Amino acid sequence: MARIAILSYIKRNSPVHELTGTTKLIFFIAWSVASMVTYDTRVLVCMLLISAVVFKVSKIKIRDIRIVLGLAAVFLLMNNLFVYLFAPEYGVELYGSRDVLFTIAGPYTITLQQLFYHLNMTMKVICVVPVALLFIACTDPSEFAASLASIGVSYRIGYSVSLALRYIPDVQREYHNISQAQQARGIDLSGKDKLFTRLKNSVAILLPLILSSLNRIETVSNAMELRGFGKKKKRTWYARRQMKRNDWLTIGFVLTILVVDLVVTFWDGSRYFNPFV
Amino acid sequence: MTSPVISFQDYSFQYMAQAEPTLKHINLDIYPGEKVLIAGTSGSGKSTIGNCINGLIPFAYPGKSTGKLLVDGAEADKSSIFELSHTVGTVLQDTDGQFIGLTVGEDIAFAPENDCVPQEEMKQLVDKVAGLVDIDHHLEYAPQELSGGQKQRVSLAGVMVEEVKVLLFDEPLANLDPAAGRSTIELIDMVHERTGAAVLIIEHRLEDVLWRSMDRIILMNEGEIAADMPVEELLAGNLLLQHGIREPLYLTALRYAGVEICKELHPEHVDHLVLEPEDKAKVQNWYQVQKAEIRTRTHGEELLRVENLDFGYTPDKYNLQGINFTIHKGEMVSIVGRNGAGKSTMAKLICGFEKPVSGAIYMEGRNLEKDTIKERAARIGYVMQNPNQMISKPMIWDEVEMALVQSGMPKEERTKRVEETLKVCGLYAFRNWPVSALSFGQKKRVTIASILVQRPQVIILDEPTAGQDYRHYTEIMDFLKALNEKGYTILMITHDMHLMLEYTERAIVFSEGSLLADTTAAHVLNDPELVKAASLKETSLYTLSLACGIKEPQVFTECFIGYENKEVR
Amino acid sequence: MKKLSVKSVVAIGIGAALFFVLGKISIPTPVPNTYISLQYAIQAVFATLFGPIAGLLIGFIGHTLIDATNYGPWWSWIIASAFAGLVIGIVTLKLNVNEGIDTKKIIHFNIAQIIAHLLSWGLVAPCLDILIYSEPIEKLFAQGLVAGVSNMITTGIVGSLLLVAYAKTVVKKGSLNKED
Repeated sequence: MARIAILSYIKRNSPVHELTGTTKLIFFIAWSVASMVTYDTRVLVCMLLISAVVFKVSKIKIRDIRIVLGLAAVFLLMNNLFVYLFAPEYGVELYGSRDVLFTIAGPYTITLQQLFYHLNMTMKVICVVPVALLFIACTDPSEFAASLASIGVSYRIGYSVSLALRYIPDVQREYHNISQAQQARGIDLSGKDKLFTRLKNSVAILLPLILSSLNRIETVSNAMELRGFGKKKKRTWYARRQMKRNDWLTIGFVLTILVVDLVVTFWDGSRYFNPFV
Repeated sequence: MTSPVISFQDYSFQYMAQAEPTLKHINLDIYPGEKVLIAGTSGSGKSTIGNCINGLIPFAYPGKSTGKLLVDGAEADKSSIFELSHTVGTVLQDTDGQFIGLTVGEDIAFAPENDCVPQEEMKQLVDKVAGLVDIDHHLEYAPQELSGGQKQRVSLAGVMVEEVKVLLFDEPLANLDPAAGRSTIELIDMVHERTGAAVLIIEHRLEDVLWRSMDRIILMNEGEIAADMPVEELLAGNLLLQHGIREPLYLTALRYAGVEICKELHPEHVDHLVLEPEDKAKVQNWYQVQKAEIRTRTHGEELLRVENLDFGYTPDKYNLQGINFTIHKGEMVSIVGRNGAGKSTMAKLICGFEKPVSGAIYMEGRNLEKDTIKERAARIGYVMQNPNQMISKPMIWDEVEMALVQSGMPKEERTKRVEETLKVCGLYAFRNWPVSALSFGQKKRVTIASILVQRPQVIILDEPTAGQDYRHYTEIMDFLKALNEKGYTILMITHDMHLMLEYTERAIVFSEGSLLADTTAAHVLNDPELVKAASLKETSLYTLSLACGIKEPQVFTECFIGYENKEVR
Repeated sequence: MKKLSVKSVVAIGIGAALFFVLGKISIPTPVPNTYISLQYAIQAVFATLFGPIAGLLIGFIGHTLIDATNYGPWWSWIIASAFAGLVIGIVTLKLNVNEGIDTKKIIHFNIAQIIAHLLSWGLVAPCLDILIYSEPIEKLFAQGLVAGVSNMITTGIVGSLLLVAYAKTVVKKGSLNKED
């Protein structure tokens, strides 16, 4: 079966791998929040550097994730392009000054402020990418549910996530098989048919997929009940790992960053670092 | 005398949505440490009995019950699924559905996790149980990396972590190849010996279960117990055939030869048969008569030819290598081999779902290379194993018509073709029914009809009878045979040795991506090396013929099949 | 909040797996760089069958997994996906598709999904984007409009057809007669 190229857990021995799932989850969340909140160039540069270091430490190679990096690059490019097309003067508005570098055509000029805005926005996205990729590539999926539970998420929801990870390969295979068999009966979604026809045709694949998923839901929930899922308020986890010194240090570190980030960002009452004043 | 661990007392049960009770006045006691087989066709109520014992009834499937059911002395319907799960461990038929964890270790630990067992203790428990079922070297494996038999072991370990008094198996053999099925039965036997738990096996594949001894058989029929007796007694009578259950093959052969099956024969296992000299003589005589009548069919001209075919899903590994074979017009051929041997991949290549790396496939001498999936589908039809994965319209007529609508055929012609196809498939009377009102076997027919409507010359079926009881099996296979006689060429991917033996003359054996053998079905099953490589098992006919002093078990098998085709059908 | 039933837990897990798998399959549209998002049709069907919490979590988990394995999560859109499932689930709470389906119910379902996608992509996603990423309003609403409208069309057509087909398959054997 042609596997859809996706990022998944890559087993290696590295300090990042050794951290517990809980630590990595907290790191990931705190880091996401930090990057979302700030628009301060200084903070973003620091975060970018730190994420590069973490990536280095993790022993994940660029080539392990090159497909994903390619996708991220395309996404960023498109996003920048659209922002510029819709609001070429947005940077000027934001930073309150206007230094024109050159004009392309009509309203589309390139200003220093617009470029600076694009730089900040791009950094904001980029500094999360390595951390997100590492979180996926260095966290054993088995630990995931336990990690969610340990930061206070209900174990039922945690287990939903675990089940999603468990059944993705099965659902993928099933989709693939169904769609091949339906192709033989003339159902082709990538074809040249009209949009409406293609949508209508997709039902021929989705209906068997949904019906068999509903069957699966029934079997799996029976199996889980028969083995006592949901019996108690809590549950223990086979795959949970003990927090070690490095875990606490990492959590301390990322929380410090978050606090510094908030302080630096809002110290002067604005999210933006404005070099133009 | 000890008290029963499970006791049905005049127990009846009716599902909420159904008009009739599924179980009627059941009286049944299971004692600690007993080993009991519950047999019956689908719809006989045998699975419902299991669901009552483990508490899915009434807690997950509500309904109305009368009478009493005691599990370990307590009334089951006043208990809960959770409490019952400490007494009864259930292994479901669908091993993929039962495998909940992301890895083997986690899955075995699932029940202790829910019981809040501390991690240290849980790990020891998992190691111990995994060792018992011999899966301890795979604790970090994901379900996708395991074979069906290994998943079955994990399921078993997952219920054994709780020290249950009853182990309940719901059709444990349904998704396994014959070799894995045999080792599952051996495993259950071993677990039974070591734990002393009562074992209940719900299954219609009698001969396979009886590979290890059972204390008694409960035969279910239309919600009632038709028989409850020691194995040898049931085998001696003809209750089994009356109730749509297939008896072991060696017994059928003995009957054909005129040997009367009685208790004294020890019919429960082919290795323990006590055959008198006159019995053996009867078998030998029968053999001599039949042998003279063996005829070989002549083949039509070449239809499909696979030449030097190589294929791999990823460039670094070939899934099929150097494949050559030819299919003739009007043949009915089995494609066998263990899971992952390349059988389904071969089918996908023929249908054009995948493209070969090198080599070619010819149809009537023409290279199919340039043909699209759609173009090939007009000549080669592919029927998936599970009809529910193929049926995409709620109504039968629409389902069968779909491919024609897609191809833009005018309405009148479509109607004519659909009607014709439905008649061939015996579905014409149901043409305006919703698919959901059909039985599994009928749904299978609908999927075959939806392929036939495109008028292919070859039909490839993936496991056409998987999980079906004898009645449905016969229904589906006789239908396919009738199609074959109408001139359709049929290829079947299968694990079922009976199917291969009884319905196909020729078998192509795949093993680890190469074609291991291309010979008669009888030959495959009588060659120990092929049997092993294809994850099959030799038939009991093989053993029987040797026991009767017949030196050519393969010819004996062919005689048996010839006789069945001639006299019985 | 009421405890989730075991069945809901499983429905969320498998629903999220479906959302993920369909989200990873790109079916091109005539508009460049825009794909049919079949996952929203499935999410809507599951939200209708299993309720708002399932709709919410299927969107949240499924979309997070898609993003996390693509280029890192884009939280504002993840939250919008989750929100869409929640709204559809709430509006269709009393729909009872298991007891059959008629034109009225289909309209009801479509009103639910239109409200949901309108709010999600017209309001939730752009507002969060402004808040988090400080992108220009014009771009965000244009983007939201395209996403919202395309999701509405997909869900409207595919989701409705699926619901109808599903309802027909659960109908019990009634007074069906064989015809000659």
